[in-house]
Amino acid sequence: MESARMLVFNQLETYLYLALMLFAIGLYGVLARRNLIAVLISVELILNAASINFMAFNRFLAPTPAVGQVITLFIMAVAAAEAAIALSIIVAVYRKLRSVNIEQATELRG
Amino acid sequence: MLTNYLPVLLYMLIAIGLVGVIVLLSEFLGKKTHTYQKDLPYECGMDPIGDARHRYAVRFYVIAMFFIVFDIEAIFLYPWGVIFKPLGWFGLVEMAIFIFILVVGLVYVWGKGALEWE
Amino acid sequence: MTIAIPTFNLSSIGPWLTLTVAAILILLLDALSPKGRKAYFPQLSLIALAVAALQTWWLWGQSGTDFARMVFLDNFAFYFYLIVILGTTLTVLISRHYLEEWGKNLGEYYALLLFATVGMMLMAASNHLIMLFLGLEIMSIAIYVLAGLFREDARSNEAALKYLVLGAFSSAFLLFGMAFLYGATGGNLFIGELAGKIKEALPLTKPLTLLGLALLLVGFGFKVASVPFHMWTPDVYEGAPTSITAFMSVGVKAAAFAAFARIMFAAFPAFVLEWHMLLWVLAVATMTIGNVVAIAQTNIKRMLAYSSIAHAGYLLVALVAANQLGAVSIIYYLLAYTLMNVGAFGVVILVGRKKDSYLNIYDYAGLGFQHPVLAAAMSVFMFALAGIPPTAGFVGKFYIFSAAVQAGYIWLAIIGVMNSLVSVFYYLRITVLMYMRPAEADLGPIAFTPGLVAALIITCAGTILVGVFPGWFYDLAVASVKIFPAL
Repeated sequence: MESARMLVFNQLETYLYLALMLFAIGLYGVLARRNLIAVLISVELILNAASINFMAFNRFLAPTPAVGQVITLFIMAVAAAEAAIALSIIVAVYRKLRSVNIEQATELRG
Repeated sequence: MLTNYLPVLLYMLIAIGLVGVIVLLSEFLGKKTHTYQKDLPYECGMDPIGDARHRYAVRFYVIAMFFIVFDIEAIFLYPWGVIFKPLGWFGLVEMAIFIFILVVGLVYVWGKGALEWE
Repeated sequence: MTIAIPTFNLSSIGPWLTLTVAAILILLLDALSPKGRKAYFPQLSLIALAVAALQTWWLWGQSGTDFARMVFLDNFAFYFYLIVILGTTLTVLISRHYLEEWGKNLGEYYALLLFATVGMMLMAASNHLIMLFLGLEIMSIAIYVLAGLFREDARSNEAALKYLVLGAFSSAFLLFGMAFLYGATGGNLFIGELAGKIKEALPLTKPLTLLGLALLLVGFGFKVASVPFHMWTPDVYEGAPTSITAFMSVGVKAAAFAAFARIMFAAFPAFVLEWHMLLWVLAVATMTIGNVVAIAQTNIKRMLAYSSIAHAGYLLVALVAANQLGAVSIIYYLLAYTLMNVGAFGVVILVGRKKDSYLNIYDYAGLGFQHPVLAAAMSVFMFALAGIPPTAGFVGKFYIFSAAVQAGYIWLAIIGVMNSLVSVFYYLRITVLMYMRPAEADLGPIAFTPGLVAALIITCAGTILVGVFPGWFYDLAVASVKIFPAL
């Protein structure tokens, strides 16, 4: 039992599948959800999926183990900056439209 | 072995002592008035009684955004702290520049009046 | 434990430092100066940009890398530095009066412009995919804010929102692709070394690399606005402040193509067949849809947005050609495009008068009689965008289609030329309106301000001079693509 669990957690594939699931959830969220906050969360999920990929490859394949971790730190910082800007834009839109539904934003049409 | 942790113990004692001194000082020096408002439990400026599912003022989101940005940057301080010694002056100068840029952000936010509560 | 601190030379990122320091200075001045005091932010930005251009010129001719191989020092990067500096300079020139009309002549506008410029330079010069990602984000985050600068305007809000959602989405794709490449190469993301690593590990990791390549293509496809990832472009270009639309259309495109070309040429020779085929299809779709839909537009900003999509298609043709002339033509065309497109947007700002009141193409009727010089300038830009000699647009297109023919993509060149012919229709319609049709109503005076006039003179003269004397710019471009041995 113990060894079987170790086997699962010591495999690259486990983490890649986890990342893939997060990516798929994020993709679905961006495409299907209409609430802007939900869309933002979905984008963050995709970024986190990439982070997990980096960490997994870093743990199992990379010769220099620090690089993947540093990359993940950078991704976190970038994601935070993006989230802050996104929230402020969403607040600005909310003040104008009184809604955070993406379908309300239809001022621009060709 | 345990002597390695002596600085930690010292640090904890100083921290506890400092907090104690400050609390006691304010207890002795400060003037105390009790009002109904003051005795209410403090909940980040919100009215603590009532339904939790009501709207928050948009100002909270602004403060939250600043918090996210300035807080997340601390993750860069942590790895630097781990290898503080080997990096030496080079690392210190680099981080000083990094913190300086963050401070510029803070000065900007402050100067623009974004920290004022209306 | 000792850590070897890599040696580095601060002068090799001199232009970035200059612009960053200037931007920080502007932010501080803006925050600390008392309200209502007139600050000289545009002038300060222009000085910083001029210094950065000089520094780039001093760097010219260097080759190699710096900062532990993170940054490329080569003429390819430096040429793009100059292009984005030119684009930003022109944007600053056309911005001031326009922003004052909207009551938004703010310090942070110029600071964000400069930060975005630094991000673009980082994209052009990075040797590491994560540096590239950081550059992309520095640029994009600044532009999300700039697109939503007019906070009280619902259209500007919407533009910022759409750009943000799709931009964040596409950078997440790009990053996910980089993660796969990181795995496929065993933890090496240096662009200069990717080709070797990919080849080494090819039998084992082909699917992984292909997946990474595909995700990178999607990410870059969004950034350069190629079909089918172009849906955001017209809305964002229409809603954003006009000066920012100009900046986005030239700066972002130049930086994205610089990074795109460097990665494709340097890192993926092992997958030449795959990405050529994919980009062939994308190039044809992008040119055709951009040009055909542009015909139906009556809003000038929307028309220029679709035209910008079409131009991304032409540049993709050069990317597919992937020979020396192709790489040269990307650089040359982006220089020409910067000049003619910012010029056209400058005219759009002038004719729009107060607060973008007149953006319909029929508002250009009779302009040739009321303001002959302005109409002549607009005609030059329209001719150049359509690719009519003797303008820079013509020479650029000539190089691009020659490169495609040289590389054996005859049909691609033919489709490209046919698309150019289609585009003549909607560009010349503006000229025809200006000269052949009387004005429908008096739209009021046009405020010619020194900055805008200077920008129009520079772009107009540049569009013609770069077209009539392409030799010097061509030679510089040839010198700067020598770094790609695979071409």
